[in-house]
Amino acid sequence: MSETKKVEFEYSQIDSERMRLNVGPQHPSTHGVLRLEVELDGEIVTEVIPHIGYLHRCFEKHCEKMTYPQVIPYIDRMDYISAMNNEWPYVMGMEKLMEIEVPEKVEYIRVIMAELNRIANHQIAVATFGLDAGAFTPFLYLFRDREFILSIFEKASGGRLLYNYFWVGGLAADVHKEFKEDVLKIVKQVRETNKEIADLLLYNKIFIERVANVGILPADVAVNFGCSGPVVRGSGLAFDLRKDAPYSIYDRFDFDVVTGRGEVGTVGDCFDRNIVRFHEMEQSCRIIEQAIEQMPMDGDVREKLPKKVRPPKGEIYTKAENPKGELGFYIVSNGTDKPERIKSRGTSFVNLSVLPEISKGYLFADLIMILGSVDIVLGEVDR
Amino acid sequence: MEHQILTFYDWVAKLSSSELIALILVVTLPLVFLIVYALVAILGELKISAFIQERLGPMRTGPWGIIQPVAEVVKLLQKEDITPDAANKPLFNMAPFLMFTAAYAGFAVIPFSSNFVPAGINLGLFYIFAMGSLAVIGLVMGGWASNNKYSLLGALRSVAQIISYEIPAAIVILSIVILASSMNLQVINANQGGWFWNWYVFGGPGSIWKLLVIPFTLGMFLLYLVASLAETNRTPFDIPEGESEIVAGYHTEYSGMKFAMFFFAEYANMFVVSALLSILFFGGWNSPFGDFMNGPIWGVFWFISKSFVFVFVQIWLRWTLPRLRVDQLMGVSWKVMTPIAFICFFAVGLWVMLK
Repeated sequence: MSETKKVEFEYSQIDSERMRLNVGPQHPSTHGVLRLEVELDGEIVTEVIPHIGYLHRCFEKHCEKMTYPQVIPYIDRMDYISAMNNEWPYVMGMEKLMEIEVPEKVEYIRVIMAELNRIANHQIAVATFGLDAGAFTPFLYLFRDREFILSIFEKASGGRLLYNYFWVGGLAADVHKEFKEDVLKIVKQVRETNKEIADLLLYNKIFIERVANVGILPADVAVNFGCSGPVVRGSGLAFDLRKDAPYSIYDRFDFDVVTGRGEVGTVGDCFDRNIVRFHEMEQSCRIIEQAIEQMPMDGDVREKLPKKVRPPKGEIYTKAENPKGELGFYIVSNGTDKPERIKSRGTSFVNLSVLPEISKGYLFADLIMILGSVDIVLGEVDR
Repeated sequence: MEHQILTFYDWVAKLSSSELIALILVVTLPLVFLIVYALVAILGELKISAFIQERLGPMRTGPWGIIQPVAEVVKLLQKEDITPDAANKPLFNMAPFLMFTAAYAGFAVIPFSSNFVPAGINLGLFYIFAMGSLAVIGLVMGGWASNNKYSLLGALRSVAQIISYEIPAAIVILSIVILASSMNLQVINANQGGWFWNWYVFGGPGSIWKLLVIPFTLGMFLLYLVASLAETNRTPFDIPEGESEIVAGYHTEYSGMKFAMFFFAEYANMFVVSALLSILFFGGWNSPFGDFMNGPIWGVFWFISKSFVFVFVQIWLRWTLPRLRVDQLMGVSWKVMTPIAFICFFAVGLWVMLK
């Protein structure tokens, strides 16, 4: 009888190598021209290195050659799906530098426009998140509703994507006569569709299986990386500039800060980040309804527009709660009509930095979901 | 069980007094059907998805856009046929045709009517299953030969998926074989003659006691429906070509006619599994209402409409559900479906033994 030899088997003895996969810059799910260098062990992600810069447009350098009002269209092109919100912190900073007090009506229109744009942004975020999971139909339902919101913007500013609507000291144009009725109609429509989306997509068993307990981002890690917006709120931290550092007239409205509760898994997973956006749409609807009620219809939105935008020497940092998180502008003025320096704190750029941290050890399919749940726009990452 | 009926083959042979013509006709008729079916199914996919998504779908090519599938095929024919430099050319070129061959080979034993089946072999069920498995080789070939990492991932995923789902599917089919005590698809069909309660989804022909076995046969039907979705790589099991993850999976590098072949094979496969569902569980070419509208010609109508219902179900599910992850897919197959399939197999076996 021959003695059987005991074979010690270890996983590491298998002659295997890891695969380096370039996801992007041309890939259906990178939400733009992001390149992720991914190291895969079979299907398991061991390393993610985001490479950015494919959409770099020298925004900050361009600003130094532009007059202050000319900067606004460039800002639109940063986070191009929530352009209204982008303009706000810049305009607000300029108004503080020049000590302009904007009329009530302008403030209300700004709030309504910003909240509508927040809804539009979250619709895209939820829709593309579903699309990453393979659900095509809810994507189109949400995009259909977004078109109604864009129509309001078109009536006000003339543009459907890039508005150049918030000007220093006022607005580019007044809203149309039936503005209030149109907005309320949209709010109703948004609520109806959201009910449908919750049934069709968000609480679908397969969808929950895909997103629960995936890409868990603990609150302390989120804070250390400087995340903001739904990413940090998804981790259970109620950080919202509209409540914590109220700007404009946000202190007049009653709304809740939605945070992730770990409904179907762990707090801070992909489901939480996504559901925070979903519920924020409802909160935005509430703000819009209150603002519509309080808003005066008479008054001139252009009366405080300065003849020449020439702020005194000085510097200022203003920030606002964008749909994606905190967007800040640091403006240095040298007393001329052109800025000395403009630095923007891009939300998506900061939020993207957390991706390598939270996607290790998950499957490749999960990486796509995690990227979708962070909700970046490459226009803002690269600027 | 004797079936001394005049088959289509005999009829043509007698009419033209040439066996060759009959042979060619019998072999090409399913291909003609397949081409027409593919066009209809593509249009169906476009229009049903449009309906689900509150769109119109194609409207400009012909009235109500009905020429759109033809236009798409013509477009694909005109496209440049690209073979990547680093690809393994023979394998790369062979893969789509192997896929299509495997899908089309399944049609050889599909009985369209009581009098028309290209090859009425006794191992029909076994054969169709073997041919279904052959498609995996085409997938791996295409995925490996493309020399693309996405293709490789897609190919390997599809192998894992199809092999896992063949096990519950095979056990379900075995249970049907027990019920029918035959592997000949014509015999299985003939067994389910009469009214619709004689279909195997309702336990097959039998006394009132068959009510006991109906839960299991219904379960078998659902199991096979899910497994067939996985075999055709349709949502929610479309991870081999999950476009948001691995771009297009195994056919990332394919273009033009070779891509069309993959596409064609997918639709052919969809029909094969739908046909199998209708044959095994819903009486195939039998009329649901006894002798009403029954017969060789009506049989074609019943068979095709039953199969189209399942093609519709596949399209419907695709535009409704998100996709599963690769490990969840395996989990569903091995932890849920295989045990249930075994239970059904056991129950059906016991019932047939005691009957």
